[in-house]
Amino acid sequence: MSSLIQFISRLIPLELIHILIGLVAILAFIGVNGLVLVYVERKVAGFIQRRPGPFEVGPWGILQTLADAVKLMGKQLFSPSGGDRLLFWLAPMLAFAPLPLLFMTIPVGKNLVAFDANLGLILILAFSGLNVLALCFAGWGSYNKWSLLGAIRSVSQAVAYEIPMLLAVLAVTLTTGTLQLSAIVDAQGVWPWQWHFLTQPAGFIIYLICAFAETNRAPFDLPEAESELTAGFHTEYSGMGFGLFFLAEYSSMVVVSSVCTVLFLGGWKGPGPEILGFVWFFAKVYGLVLLMMWVRWTFPRVRFDQLLNISWRWLIPLSLFNLLYVAAVVKI
Amino acid sequence: MTTETLCGDFYTHCFQAEQDKEHEGRLIINMGPQHPSTHGVLRVIVEMEGEYISRAEPVIGYLHRMHEKMGEIKTYHQYMPNMGRVDYLHALAWNWAYIGAVEKLCQIEVPRRAEFIRVITCEMNRICSHLVWWGAYLLDLGAFTPIMYSFDDREQAVDLLQMITGSRLTYCYYRFGGVRTDINDAFIAGTRDFCKLMKSRLPMYKDLVTDNYILRKRCEEIGVLPLEMARRYGATGPVLRGSGQKYDVRRAEPYSVYPELDFEIPAFPEGDAMARYRVRVAEMEQSVRIIEQSLNMLPQGDFMAPKSPKRIKPPKGDVYFAVEGARGKIGVYIISDGSSTPYRLKLRSPSYSNLSLFAELAKGTLLADAVSILGSLDLVIPEIDR
Repeated sequence: MSSLIQFISRLIPLELIHILIGLVAILAFIGVNGLVLVYVERKVAGFIQRRPGPFEVGPWGILQTLADAVKLMGKQLFSPSGGDRLLFWLAPMLAFAPLPLLFMTIPVGKNLVAFDANLGLILILAFSGLNVLALCFAGWGSYNKWSLLGAIRSVSQAVAYEIPMLLAVLAVTLTTGTLQLSAIVDAQGVWPWQWHFLTQPAGFIIYLICAFAETNRAPFDLPEAESELTAGFHTEYSGMGFGLFFLAEYSSMVVVSSVCTVLFLGGWKGPGPEILGFVWFFAKVYGLVLLMMWVRWTFPRVRFDQLLNISWRWLIPLSLFNLLYVAAVVKI
Repeated sequence: MTTETLCGDFYTHCFQAEQDKEHEGRLIINMGPQHPSTHGVLRVIVEMEGEYISRAEPVIGYLHRMHEKMGEIKTYHQYMPNMGRVDYLHALAWNWAYIGAVEKLCQIEVPRRAEFIRVITCEMNRICSHLVWWGAYLLDLGAFTPIMYSFDDREQAVDLLQMITGSRLTYCYYRFGGVRTDINDAFIAGTRDFCKLMKSRLPMYKDLVTDNYILRKRCEEIGVLPLEMARRYGATGPVLRGSGQKYDVRRAEPYSVYPELDFEIPAFPEGDAMARYRVRVAEMEQSVRIIEQSLNMLPQGDFMAPKSPKRIKPPKGDVYFAVEGARGKIGVYIISDGSSTPYRLKLRSPSYSNLSLFAELAKGTLLADAVSILGSLDLVIPEIDR
């Protein structure tokens, strides 16, 4: 047995096998996560709105999203006449493609990471920026004015909110001195008072607000503001074209929550044996996801100029001060 | 811009032709007839510069059902169901305006009990209408939850109205000389419970929604409507009262038993979307007050005039009767030539005047603000087109 492994490892480097297994697991996770989160979102919405939510398909409606997924796959794919077909169909793929990469460097538990890159944080931030390009393509390729407006909004929104987000993240890396996510987790202890959100509360709050904006979730869901832009950038998409955007949205919710957990909430660390680290990790991540849902079903949408004002007038100066504060107080 | 000039219909071309030199090349976009925030088939042609609206023009006529023409070819009785369908949210006010006009023309006496029943049902319908507006307006602003809460409350009132009128939305309940059915004890008890419910719910809504910082930023100083402009366009109802004028048909041209009832006319001088919002919420409170008083004052007796005519054949002449609907002054003008059908029937709908404000109000605002303004006018499209 061990000779067989040695033989295989001589043919293919072990690191590659490790990454492949990780990728397969991540892809499976993205699919299942999408299904579960849509169900959870609808149930949470139902709970908040004093109605049952889905309950017809399967016990308590748990098969509802599965049925929806089958419906989406079965639908005819339709491209608008006059639109740019290449960009139109490239967009949903581009929205979905970077997702597996985003999950790769996130440590789910002790040593439970697909690819522990020493620049892991940079990798996540860089590839999550691709989402903007996807929305931009979708808006342009649709040949629809509402979609175009949605695309314009998404670009200026992303530009405005990447900066405070990066600055907030930078403050954390300044204290830990590394961009490796597992090392950032190691820098935090098992108890909540040893986590970064207490030493850097401003950074934590800035990151949370930016996370809402980066994932286009209410109250910052302006690129797809339903009552203003019909459906924004995905107005013209049908079937899985829309489905991929949807999947990307729910997966990026988990990504930003995971990064938030790693940076500010101690990652997989928590009281108890280390082997149960993944339980802590997922509990924290889905806690944050639930918070995002709760906010979505409670608040009205902000206006577009207000959204930009929040970033340029409040978050960016605040995050700069936060960076200075961290550099001056925490480091010295 | 060659593709721009080719697409679009007559209205878009006219709109485009009016585009002056310096504005050439701005984005012209159709909001509607199918758009989530126009609440029906209203179409607004919008000229946009980035997110700002430089010009907006409502195009109506997508839901024209010839109610006025139908009035001329149908007998007075046959025309009654139409009145439930002009404004589907406050159908009973339209019922009342038409019935009241015919009663005034034929000089039919209405029993006191029937008057009170009319007040109770009409005010309940007003609360329903405002609740729907409240939910839909917040939906326009991107808050999904309030509409579920408001429909939950509205459900109670609609159930009660169904109990006595038989319908849930397009009522046809009032008759010449009274109402169709008497109200029963179950209805009275249910209505008292509903009033209690509303009294507990309205403060909750204030905490949840009205005091919300995001909402206030979306409503305050948005679409400021000066009183002079509101008068110029003939705006009535909460839109006018949101500009500070305490004009309410129930007080200005008293009808039925309203003079005996004690209620206030809420008015806010700010003139912005928030003022109109506050007026409607305050009106719900006042309607609850009116219902409770009317239930206490409800006399025994007939609910239908015993000598109400089976066939209506009014004398020659014309008559105008107005009531206060949820959206403003609802007026019905009938010219009778002595036959069994009216010679001419004119419906004065408040939404029509209120919509005409929009083009001027929306100029220079952001797209999101225009949605907020359009929502705050509380338009019901079938009422505009009639």
